[in-house]
Amino acid sequence: MSDVTATSVMTGNEAAAAAARLARVQVIAAYPITPQSPVVEQLSAWVESGELDAEFVAVESEHSALTVCIGASTVGARTFTATSANGLAYMTEQVWWAAGARLPIVMCIANRAMAAPWNVLNDQQDSMSVRDAGWIQLYCRDNQEILDTTLQAWRIAERLQLPVMVCYDGFLLSHTVMPVTVPAAVEVDAFLPPRAAPLTVVDPDDPRNIGPVVLADTRADAEGILRPGYMEIRASHHAGLLEALDVIPEVDAEYGAAIGRSWGGLTWEHMLDDAELVLVAAGSLATQLTVAAETLRSEGIKAGVLGVRAYRPFPVAALRAKLAGRKGALVFDKALSYGYEGPICTDLRAAMCGEPDAPLVWGAMCGLGGREVSPDQLADAARRALADGHAGVRDRPTDWINLHPEL
Amino acid sequence: MTAPARPRIAISRPAAGEAGRTGDWRAKRPVLDPAKCLTAKRGDVTCQICWALCPDACITRGAPPRVDLEYCKGCGICAQECPAGAIEMEPEQAHGVCAVDDDGAAR
Amino acid sequence: MPTKILDLPDSGFVLPGNRACAGCGIGIALRQVTAALEGRMVMTVPASCLTVFGGMYPISSVGVPWVNVAFPSTAAAASGIAAGLRATGRDDGMTVLAMAGDGGTADIGIQALSGAAERNEDFIYLCYDNEAYMNTGTQRSGMTPQGARTTTTWAGKRENPKDMPRIMEAHGIPYVATASAAFPTDLFDKVVKAKGIRGLRYIHMNTPCPSGWGFDPKDTVRLGKLAVETGLVVLYEVEEGVLRLTGRSAALARSGKPRTPVAEYVATQTRFRSMAPETLNAVQAWADTRWEHFVRRDAEPS
Repeated sequence: MSDVTATSVMTGNEAAAAAARLARVQVIAAYPITPQSPVVEQLSAWVESGELDAEFVAVESEHSALTVCIGASTVGARTFTATSANGLAYMTEQVWWAAGARLPIVMCIANRAMAAPWNVLNDQQDSMSVRDAGWIQLYCRDNQEILDTTLQAWRIAERLQLPVMVCYDGFLLSHTVMPVTVPAAVEVDAFLPPRAAPLTVVDPDDPRNIGPVVLADTRADAEGILRPGYMEIRASHHAGLLEALDVIPEVDAEYGAAIGRSWGGLTWEHMLDDAELVLVAAGSLATQLTVAAETLRSEGIKAGVLGVRAYRPFPVAALRAKLAGRKGALVFDKALSYGYEGPICTDLRAAMCGEPDAPLVWGAMCGLGGREVSPDQLADAARRALADGHAGVRDRPTDWINLHPEL
Repeated sequence: MTAPARPRIAISRPAAGEAGRTGDWRAKRPVLDPAKCLTAKRGDVTCQICWALCPDACITRGAPPRVDLEYCKGCGICAQECPAGAIEMEPEQAHGVCAVDDDGAAR
Repeated sequence: MPTKILDLPDSGFVLPGNRACAGCGIGIALRQVTAALEGRMVMTVPASCLTVFGGMYPISSVGVPWVNVAFPSTAAAASGIAAGLRATGRDDGMTVLAMAGDGGTADIGIQALSGAAERNEDFIYLCYDNEAYMNTGTQRSGMTPQGARTTTTWAGKRENPKDMPRIMEAHGIPYVATASAAFPTDLFDKVVKAKGIRGLRYIHMNTPCPSGWGFDPKDTVRLGKLAVETGLVVLYEVEEGVLRLTGRSAALARSGKPRTPVAEYVATQTRFRSMAPETLNAVQAWADTRWEHFVRRDAEPS
């Protein structure tokens, strides 16, 4: 860490590792999986050299990686791990546990396609598949945002007692270098103070049993005070996620005040002001959409981009406000709920349903397993959607981009 | 900044009787005969095997050891393991609990 | 000198009125384990019969810090708790105790446990072995003995159990011991010894289960002792690779007297009711071979 702000060229994985170091993370659990591995390799090197004073636990599986974070976070440590694809799937049981236990763990996801068949390249099926587990999910568009969002993630997590996934596209960001400004340690320390006392109590002089069996109904404690049942605890968890709709922009603004950069909070936009056609996506794909939108603008199509930064909680109010009065919204998903459609598309349709000035919402599928998608192809998809919209096509199926269905 | 509502998490505190009065589970109760109990006869704290082997922490060390009948589940380990055979497991009905009518029905 | 019953502390961390079955061997053992650690501990417990002692929210039946964790994750959770205590400067005088059943240890938890052992993480792992998945209704585990009927081996299990303590020994950890809930002083001494050692310490504890094995709850201790008399359960400890028989197993080996036949032991439990004579012979031969192995190792000069 440096005493001064410095800009260097680094990969997304290096940016994530730099953020963990700046956050003075205390316990790191590590298990290799492509394309995440360089994150924990870098952290391992810093712990070994003494540049980072943290416990580094090189576990035997992703399930154990998140479990180590759960154990360490329960006793009060600031914890970090990172994973991808099948690694995330393997730890899914603990993804739920970490959230239900309200542990402020930060985990980076270098987004990668799920097997079978094997594929190490990017899509977002992995993190989208655990969207319901009760974590906050933030998606990054470039490496600077990875560093900044990971730092913000601990602030959000520790304020809300909720775990946060910082998702970024495997290889497209994880292994691609770009200039990243690393803030000075003293500035980060002011933004992100050490973790306050956890909710959990682990003290032999005040022994408690953490995470026991909870009944369906409420139950009185030994003093006769009524305590919540499972459903109250779940409702509180949900309320925490909804509260994140306020906290994520607040923390983004605080970060802006402290460090000098903000990322839009829940969503971000490009040329949206007068846009009639809005292109929607999460992650680096949305950056590509800005090129497509500019192409469309050059043809006289009033296109703009709406980037989804927070996918969970889903920023319904923000999206409604941004999309009200537009003619169409085309959602590009890099994940699929098999037998239905892309998850962001579904969620956006639901959010807009019944809104008096809602645009038509269309879905497109692209980039699965690292399939190349160019701004021209994205622009083509937009033209097709617009044409169908003008033609009054109803029940338009998801448009698969750069697919060769004949093969 | 929004003041966060205090999250609800499940953390229990220890207390006796979590499962209620588990003495109600008991069909037979341990009854100690001071005339046979080694520690009772000697009048000082010796033996204490029943205390050490009680799975429910229902026996208090002493001369003689005392059984907490509110929580004793009546497993009978104390009676089985007593080297002096000083503990008998007696049916609760002999103590007026869950007495049985002539036709076998509980009353 | 081994601790005597009268020397056991009167600690009271395990509270009466808990939810465990009458005669549960875990209760006997848990009293001694918590006493040996003087309550200066963090327990971590997966889904298991032990969870029952943890009670239903908001009341617990055990007065020590306790962290419930997912079934496969006990040893990893203990690794994280130990790391977190060190990282936050709260590890002084605290023992992390992972305590799981045989299924949570030898089956679903073995990967995390093996990893933690290879890393020589600093905690005690205590497996209470009641020889099947008792909390879910007596399904067979990798530790169920041959011939035992369970709800997934109606005709009796065909295979011998894993030798979990020797699997752990093969990891080269500093301390491995076996114990029995029927011998609380032997267990107490082993937990006290383990407390004074750094690194991963593994204790494998035979724990009779009245409902799962099919015997009267009064016989929990009697049958735990009988298992040792037959040599089906051997009490020993291994420090830095050197094995030493302890307690009743040591006395049995020194006496030179024949062990109680396995047939006497299996006759006490309904789970062995339909055991074929050839299965009994196989289990007897298995016990004999193991017994000879441990006696031979006990006699080896250290």
